[in-house]
Amino acid sequence: MTTVEQIRAGAARTRRWGWWYVAEERLRAMRGYSTSLIVTSFGNPLVYLFALGVGLATLVPAGIDGVTFLQFVAPALMMSTAVTVAAEESMYPVMMGFKWTKIFFGFHATPITPGQIVGGMVATVVIRVMATVAVFFGITVAFGATPVTTFVPMVVIATLTCLAVALPLIAYTATLTNDTGQLAMIQRFVIMPMFLFSATFFPLSQLPVYLQWIGWMSPLWHGSQTARVLSYGMDEPLWTSIAHIVVLGAFAVVGAIVAHRVFVRRLTV
Amino acid sequence: MSTPVIVANNVRKVFGDFVAVDDISFEVAPGESFGLLGPNGAGKSTTMKMVGAVSTRTSGELNILGLDPNTDGPAIRSRLGVVPQDDNLDNELRVRENLLAYGRFFGMSHKEVATRADELLEFAQLADRHDARVEPLSGGMKRRLTIARALMNNPKILLLDEPTTGLDPQARHILWDRLFRLKEQGTTLLLTTHYMDEAEQLCDRLIVVDKGRIMAEGSPADLIRTYSTREVVEVRYGSDKNAEVAPLISHLADRTEVLPDRILLYTDAGEATLARISELGHHPVTSLVRRSSLEDVFLRLTGRSLVE
Ligand SMILES: Nc1ncnc2c1ncn2[C@@H]1O[C@H](COP(=O)(O)OP(=O)(O)OP(=O)(O)O)[C@@H](O)[C@H]1O
Ligand SMILES: [Mg+2]
Repeated sequence: MTTVEQIRAGAARTRRWGWWYVAEERLRAMRGYSTSLIVTSFGNPLVYLFALGVGLATLVPAGIDGVTFLQFVAPALMMSTAVTVAAEESMYPVMMGFKWTKIFFGFHATPITPGQIVGGMVATVVIRVMATVAVFFGITVAFGATPVTTFVPMVVIATLTCLAVALPLIAYTATLTNDTGQLAMIQRFVIMPMFLFSATFFPLSQLPVYLQWIGWMSPLWHGSQTARVLSYGMDEPLWTSIAHIVVLGAFAVVGAIVAHRVFVRRLTV
Repeated sequence: MSTPVIVANNVRKVFGDFVAVDDISFEVAPGESFGLLGPNGAGKSTTMKMVGAVSTRTSGELNILGLDPNTDGPAIRSRLGVVPQDDNLDNELRVRENLLAYGRFFGMSHKEVATRADELLEFAQLADRHDARVEPLSGGMKRRLTIARALMNNPKILLLDEPTTGLDPQARHILWDRLFRLKEQGTTLLLTTHYMDEAEQLCDRLIVVDKGRIMAEGSPADLIRTYSTREVVEVRYGSDKNAEVAPLISHLADRTEVLPDRILLYTDAGEATLARISELGHHPVTSLVRRSSLEDVFLRLTGRSLVE
């Protein structure tokens, strides 16, 4: 007869690594459509950089903010890419897990906890974002738009920006029992405006004041501004830089707390 | 008897003001095959989820392998195999990958899961499909894959929630055969069903549940002995005449049930009873003598059929 202690001990490895096992499952699933992932993750930014950074740059010969247009947009495009991937991996996979294939209920029938499922989903997003950003970084370096020495800080800020977007979206999606167009709405009315009003292609100050709030609310703007400071040393008061990090951290932490709570509620009926 | 692996004492589960499971108590011994037989909405899945440590009971005591699901959920789940009512396989993974990924959740190494997955694909008769997509598999194959998945961690207890509902007879028989093998190997099975033939085939002991309550408990043979006669005579006189004839022949049996389409006469000697009916001149359109089943037990206990 197995003792109670033996049973507890048998679950110890999962207690520690459960989040990783979930991530492993998700990464395995991604292998099934790796080609389309590679195209969207790496093809898109490349096209953007060419079209906007190189093409549009000829219209802005004087550059912006004391640097070339390409140097100005590259860090922000990198953060946009991080946000695109984060959004993509935080909505439909969560809907699938609870509703379409219900795999989260399958995960939860094992020693895996709801918190570990959140952890695994987040880890998956982060891994994808890091890989995408790393390649993107390589491309911008090749274009001479980013100094090669900023690699580590750029990946770190991209990851933080990703967390600030992914966790709230995971939490929100987990509250939906049915997707009757909510996810498309989020895409259209949250993600898209975020791209347009987060000072990716021009400084926020170019916008009328009554639209600038969108930027302040947007994790993407905070990420992009920080990326610019790190990339070409954009001039910004220290407290502003600190505020960017704090806002991003707050989005991530609140998102994580809510996501955990919603996952527990939905999986423990 | 050795220490039970499942002990439920007055377990209740309430959703809002709806009582889904009402004071259920039972014990399952190691190696035993225990069933919950009941109609739709009886509270079978709700009970299974509480035993599976993914749902918290409202009150009562529950002990699985010596542990309380409220405090040791993950540890308990590490020793269970769960086949839920609705398959939740990962369609984005291939057949074998579903097993590999699942085994990892129990902390098994990559090498262990690979070996175990191949054994179980063999067991589930899916070895030739190991690299197939999950989505196009037949219902029976998906069910077998789900069972294989539940066995990855060599569970102490296998929970099966309606293992064969929705399958055609042939697929059901294949599945029963697999489950029978597990039973022979000494796996403890806790299964729910609303098929009395399934309960008779697979369960050493069972509880009949209805509306969240236990109506009876025992082995299939005990239950039939206690709540029914040895044999049943089914006679049909046409739907409008059944109710009319019933009172005229009911004295020939221990008990009579009038259903819309037939009359059931409970008796220990079916052929003799049928002969007496004919002697009285009440020739049925069709007639049948059969052994009593759990269906009759359920009818006796609740006045309703198991499968409507
Ligand atoms: N999460 C829930 N919230 C509210 N009511 C629930 C919930 N889960 C189950 N119920 C109700 O509890 C009752 C028992 O449900 P349960 O799923 O346990 O029945 P069952 O015996 O498994 O039936 P079936 O044969 O249909 O699977 C049903 O009336 C159901 O509607
Ligand atoms: Mg059920």
